[in-house]
Amino acid sequence: MAIPFPAVRLSGITKSFGEFKANDDVSLTIAKGTIHALAGENGAGKSTLSNIIYGLLRPDSGSIEVDGRPMSFASPRQAIAAGIGMVHQHFMLVPTLTVTENITLGGEEAALFQPMPMRRLEREILELSKQHGMEVDPRATISSLSVGEQQRVEILKLLYRKARLLILDEPTAVLSPPETERLFLTLRSLVSEGRSVMLITHKLGEVLAVSDSVSVMRRGRLAGTIPTASATKEKLAQMMVGRDVLLKTVNPPQQPGEPVLSIDRLDYSAPGIARRLRGLTLNVRAGEIYGIAGVEGNGQSELISLIWGTWNRRARVSGNIELDGRRLLGLHPSEIAEIGVSMIPEDRLRFAVIPQFGIEENLLLGRHREQGYHGLIGFDRKRLHRDMERITGEYDIRCSLPGNPPVASLSGGNQQKLVLAREMERPGIRLLVLAHPTRGVDIGAIELIHARILEARKKGLAILLFSSELEELIALSTRIGCLFNGVITHEFSEEEVREGRAEASGFDQEIGLHIT
Amino acid sequence: MSRKNLQPFIPLFSLLVALVAGGMIIAATGKSPAEVCVRMIRSTFGSGYGMGQVLFRTTTLVLAGLGVAIPFKVRLFNVGAEGQLLMGSFAAALCGMLLPQAVNPAIGVPATLFAAMAAGSIWASAAAWLKIRYGVNEVISTIMLNFVAQGITGFLLTSRFAVPSTVHTPAIVPGSMLPGLDALFGLSWHSPANLATLIALGASAAATLLLSRTRYGYTMKAAGLSPEAARHAGIDTDGRILGAMAMGGALAGLGAGNLVLGYKHWFEAGLTSGIGFMGIAVALLAGAHPAWILLSALLFGWLDFGGLAVNTMVPKEVFMIVQAVTILAIISFPAMFRTRFLK
Repeated sequence: MAIPFPAVRLSGITKSFGEFKANDDVSLTIAKGTIHALAGENGAGKSTLSNIIYGLLRPDSGSIEVDGRPMSFASPRQAIAAGIGMVHQHFMLVPTLTVTENITLGGEEAALFQPMPMRRLEREILELSKQHGMEVDPRATISSLSVGEQQRVEILKLLYRKARLLILDEPTAVLSPPETERLFLTLRSLVSEGRSVMLITHKLGEVLAVSDSVSVMRRGRLAGTIPTASATKEKLAQMMVGRDVLLKTVNPPQQPGEPVLSIDRLDYSAPGIARRLRGLTLNVRAGEIYGIAGVEGNGQSELISLIWGTWNRRARVSGNIELDGRRLLGLHPSEIAEIGVSMIPEDRLRFAVIPQFGIEENLLLGRHREQGYHGLIGFDRKRLHRDMERITGEYDIRCSLPGNPPVASLSGGNQQKLVLAREMERPGIRLLVLAHPTRGVDIGAIELIHARILEARKKGLAILLFSSELEELIALSTRIGCLFNGVITHEFSEEEVREGRAEASGFDQEIGLHIT
Repeated sequence: MSRKNLQPFIPLFSLLVALVAGGMIIAATGKSPAEVCVRMIRSTFGSGYGMGQVLFRTTTLVLAGLGVAIPFKVRLFNVGAEGQLLMGSFAAALCGMLLPQAVNPAIGVPATLFAAMAAGSIWASAAAWLKIRYGVNEVISTIMLNFVAQGITGFLLTSRFAVPSTVHTPAIVPGSMLPGLDALFGLSWHSPANLATLIALGASAAATLLLSRTRYGYTMKAAGLSPEAARHAGIDTDGRILGAMAMGGALAGLGAGNLVLGYKHWFEAGLTSGIGFMGIAVALLAGAHPAWILLSALLFGWLDFGGLAVNTMVPKEVFMIVQAVTILAIISFPAMFRTRFLK
């Protein structure tokens, strides 16, 4: 028998959008029966490349070989026929249909008006799911499933269509640590049967944990492909950014002061929804970073909305939130901001910036009430411009366009630095609430953002930090509270966190125990 | 050339397409488009009367266009400028009629204009209130309010206020009339153009200033572009919706200044004749920019009176088609460009 053909071989793939080269002469090979990770920062061209393989985009030049045969896909339909399947970061499922209906959608065997053989299909899908350790009820509607289960349905859909190469785009972004582990087991079992997996991720830990080989992309070009066995986090980060990166944040000890934010027995239930917060109690002191660990959906967004005053006013709320002894519950965001609270929301494009506005207008957003920015009529444009120039320098906010370009043209990391600058510079600020401050931000920017957060702590701010990255929480926090099902189930003290930080590993697993 | 640089030319391009299409329709009826065009230009810009007529029509269109454009900034589609203009006109006619015969114009004119703006504003605010309180789509509510306005004004006119055996109300008092441009500048155009043209210019300038310079305009735009981000930044988005609609309605109602205070001096059946709807096209062509509305209203004002002037050559119906095709082209071309070039 001859040497088997690789699952996919890409040679010299180039794709431009206007003058921007999203992929520039990318060549890589995914061997059969392996998990191949594709790592890189946001905007490095990972998604473009996977969309090309999946037939959503056509390359300007270069060629694709699948199982040794040259291919040119005009649409995903042809890619699916060639045995390629993709799980997008945002699932492509119809929420009102059942698991079986979703899986068979688009591949129905029955004629248009003929009834579908539902029983048989359900049996097939149940078998398929058991075979790969991905149990789901074939009759459940999608909307009743958890995110992890929905992802299983997406993978089952590919298996049902007999995909031999599975492309997964950031599959762990929505999963809890145990769910992630389970997904990795499934992936391993799939490749052991001779299938191949292309795993797109920006999390270096995952690359090392599950892949056989890894390709790193940087600014549209392939920075290199190496076997995972010879890779380290530092090496991968260096390949992604193009320079040495400080992965470990230096976190000097600091004695916290008096409590600034006190939350006392907070309960929250929105109309028609189960209780989301159940007597949550915590306090954050001046000069302290209080980290909140937890899987999304355990009350984080409700807590944030209560602190910031954007909660659903028809919800039932009891308990108390106080800032320096002043009650925050019932106030509006404008009043809360004036008392000295700054907030960096989790979804910055939706909540924190207006993409069509320029940098200057976005620096004003939420701070437009400050006297200092007011001119004779409207705003003091000169001061605003001066501030913009100073901030873009101090926070290293880079934009490719001159002047005051729309924020949509900035990269995610630069947008986040802009939001950070605006919120940290609010006059009279006492409390900083950070929700996933480095989500979707490139490694280079993470370094700076972490440094600024620690600087803010040094100035005596109380900081409440929400993050789904345990590593980030451990690196920055003074104390860590584990949020599960609407209540802090466990709190790690200063000493515990300090010791945990010093350990090489194990602390994150300890936290993981309290949030599931 | 990149897409960015092309953007400003899209309205011009669609206009060109619309004119070519209009020409073809005219040619299809057996007339020479060139001849019609020459006649149109001569009868409008060739005489003082023609120019005055174009200005007069432009003026109402500017105000109706602003009435649509300002709510547009908070992502509201005000289809109700017609109803707001109707209510404004009726209120102006009533107010002007009820004022004492010898009222000083310094009081009479502002009072009557205020009545018109208040009526238009209330009419538009009703739709805004339904939207804020119950989430009713403003397109539907403003359309329905147009019918209600038609019904109310029509009923009150025929059953109560019309001068016997006519379809108009008694004339307003001299103290609430706006002087014509002839009297103001010593011209002899003998056209209906009046001081309201300058008021409309001022309104466009004020709206431009409001949107581009003031804090209120800034928060309005923020609420329109991204309501969630605006709310997060502590901006009262519901308040901005109400404010924009109230302003839009007031501006549409102010159109009565031109029709009632400046020209007819009474309210009559068919006074507004769909100008409010034309205002939608005016605002769309101008990209809802209050300064560009001046030009776009001028174009529609010219088409309006020009069409009337060539009535003997081209039937009115054909000109209605030309106008509608123009609007269609102007609305669909930018959308076509967008879908083509944005991924």
